[in-house]
Amino acid sequence: MDKRVTFKGWALPLLLVFPQLLISAVFFFYPAGQAIWQSLFIPDPFGLSTQFVGLGNFEFLFSDRFYRTSFLTTAIFSILVTLASLLPALFLAVIADRLIKGAGVYRTLLIWPYAVAPAIAGVLWLFMFNTRVGVVSWYLGQLGYDWNHVLNEHEAMGLVVLASAWGRISYNFLFFFAALQAVPRSIIEAAAIDGARFWRRFFTMVLPLISPTLFFLLVVNIVYSFFETFGVIHTITSGGPQQATTTLVYKIFSDGFVGQDLGSSAAQSVVLLILVGVLTIVQFKFLEKRVHY
Amino acid sequence: MTNTRNHPTQAPPPGMVEKRGSSLWLSHVFMILGVLLVFFPIWLAFVASTVTQADITRPPMPLLPGAHFFENYGKALTAGVNVPVATMLINSLIMAIGIAVGKIVISLLSAFAIVYFRFPGRTFFFWLIFLTLMLPVEVRIVPTYEVVAGFGLLNSYSGLIFPLIASATATFLFRQFFMTIPDELAEAARVDGARPMRFFFDILLPMSRTNVAALFVILFIYGWNQYLWPLLVTTDPSMNTIVMGIKQMFPSGDDTADWPVIMATSILAMIPPVIVVVSMQKLFIRGLVDSEK
Repeated sequence: MDKRVTFKGWALPLLLVFPQLLISAVFFFYPAGQAIWQSLFIPDPFGLSTQFVGLGNFEFLFSDRFYRTSFLTTAIFSILVTLASLLPALFLAVIADRLIKGAGVYRTLLIWPYAVAPAIAGVLWLFMFNTRVGVVSWYLGQLGYDWNHVLNEHEAMGLVVLASAWGRISYNFLFFFAALQAVPRSIIEAAAIDGARFWRRFFTMVLPLISPTLFFLLVVNIVYSFFETFGVIHTITSGGPQQATTTLVYKIFSDGFVGQDLGSSAAQSVVLLILVGVLTIVQFKFLEKRVHY
Repeated sequence: MTNTRNHPTQAPPPGMVEKRGSSLWLSHVFMILGVLLVFFPIWLAFVASTVTQADITRPPMPLLPGAHFFENYGKALTAGVNVPVATMLINSLIMAIGIAVGKIVISLLSAFAIVYFRFPGRTFFFWLIFLTLMLPVEVRIVPTYEVVAGFGLLNSYSGLIFPLIASATATFLFRQFFMTIPDELAEAARVDGARPMRFFFDILLPMSRTNVAALFVILFIYGWNQYLWPLLVTTDPSMNTIVMGIKQMFPSGDDTADWPVIMATSILAMIPPVIVVVSMQKLFIRGLVDSEK
């Protein structure tokens, strides 16, 4: 994996890596170390000194009903966001793949939402479902359904899921479409000559062939729903009602900055750090496999 | 991710793989429906930005644009709610370009050092940089905030930009790319007596042009769409970025939000990233695929 030909000297390369090292040290390693360090202490009530409590913050954290609930909330939220963004994207990509003419135009049109920030997506969906002025909630009202995501926990969850999944459809569509276009035509045609119908061909041949992409998107979307949906949740529900949409990342924010509970927030960061580590390892293991594929 | 599959130039035998007749029609209908559904939230925001507040607060609001386009956008850009939207647009632009350029520059330099030199601590630096891939800023948010506050960088562009470029995705991308460049080029440069930086500027940089452009597109959107970090770091409204500033435009309490101005701001917040994505579609898709590998 190393270059055969290299340049001599060691002062220049050190100078070249210095900017990145400096920024990583100041804004990455020091804060990450602080998060781990702070998770072992609690400040006294006056904020004058801190006391070492070992794993006390973690014990306290996992005995906290709201924290355990936020694990469950995060799990449900990520599964729903992943499904709600993968399935429509796959469906659209399969159809677009059958079209010779126009697929490019549809692709250009479908890319748009990717460029829309999650927080803006939140504002757009909030506007549609606003309990007073929202168009969708008004028409739902006409149909006899009283939409109120401010009070109803399930509706709040549904709304943040829809708003989070919306922008991801573009992203997933692009990857599915590329994967489908790369499936060798000879295979599909051979199956067609053998008389296999479209959906049968899809499930028995195409889907296994694009399964690396499918798995890759599964991991990427879960990571997305963990971290990048903060803007959606903050604009639409602020974690409510009754913490029904408080995910792990949202809780770090609300405990650390709103509640000023630094020890707990730091312990939560460490728990999340471990979770991300596991997800990253899964991703890398899979990428190795994909290279062999 | 281009169209790798060779579509036959002559029409294939009817009814085999490509659909024709009613089925082809149906595919287009599905695609158009899909595009319309995906587009609806953006359309509705656009309509809301061209009507009066009264049109919106008496639901249902109209579904076709009104005549108040210039009035609403003018009001948003010059007055806004807390601060003129034009100011927030400039802040976002500086932040997004700062993140994209900053990250590309430090990554190019350190990737060059890691690939083309053997220097003490090289492997160590490599793993150090590798570690930064694991932790998004959301996880170490509280300590990072403390560091930035400690440097007095709250409400500054440096405070907005630097913590977000402390990750190594781009370094890895460039490393992968440099590894594919034939050794003969560096060999020739060395034989000619070219100094390393000469090789970097005259050969490596021009060869990386496409990768740099693709990465710029991805990083620009990443920077533009940031929400949580600007929310914490910019307490002064005149430093707000547009994506985080929109939430600040909602009144607290029971006052009715100024929907036409808020929606005009949402549209304004989408325009730069949408232009970048749609106009540089090929580069964008390439950057997307590269940065996820």
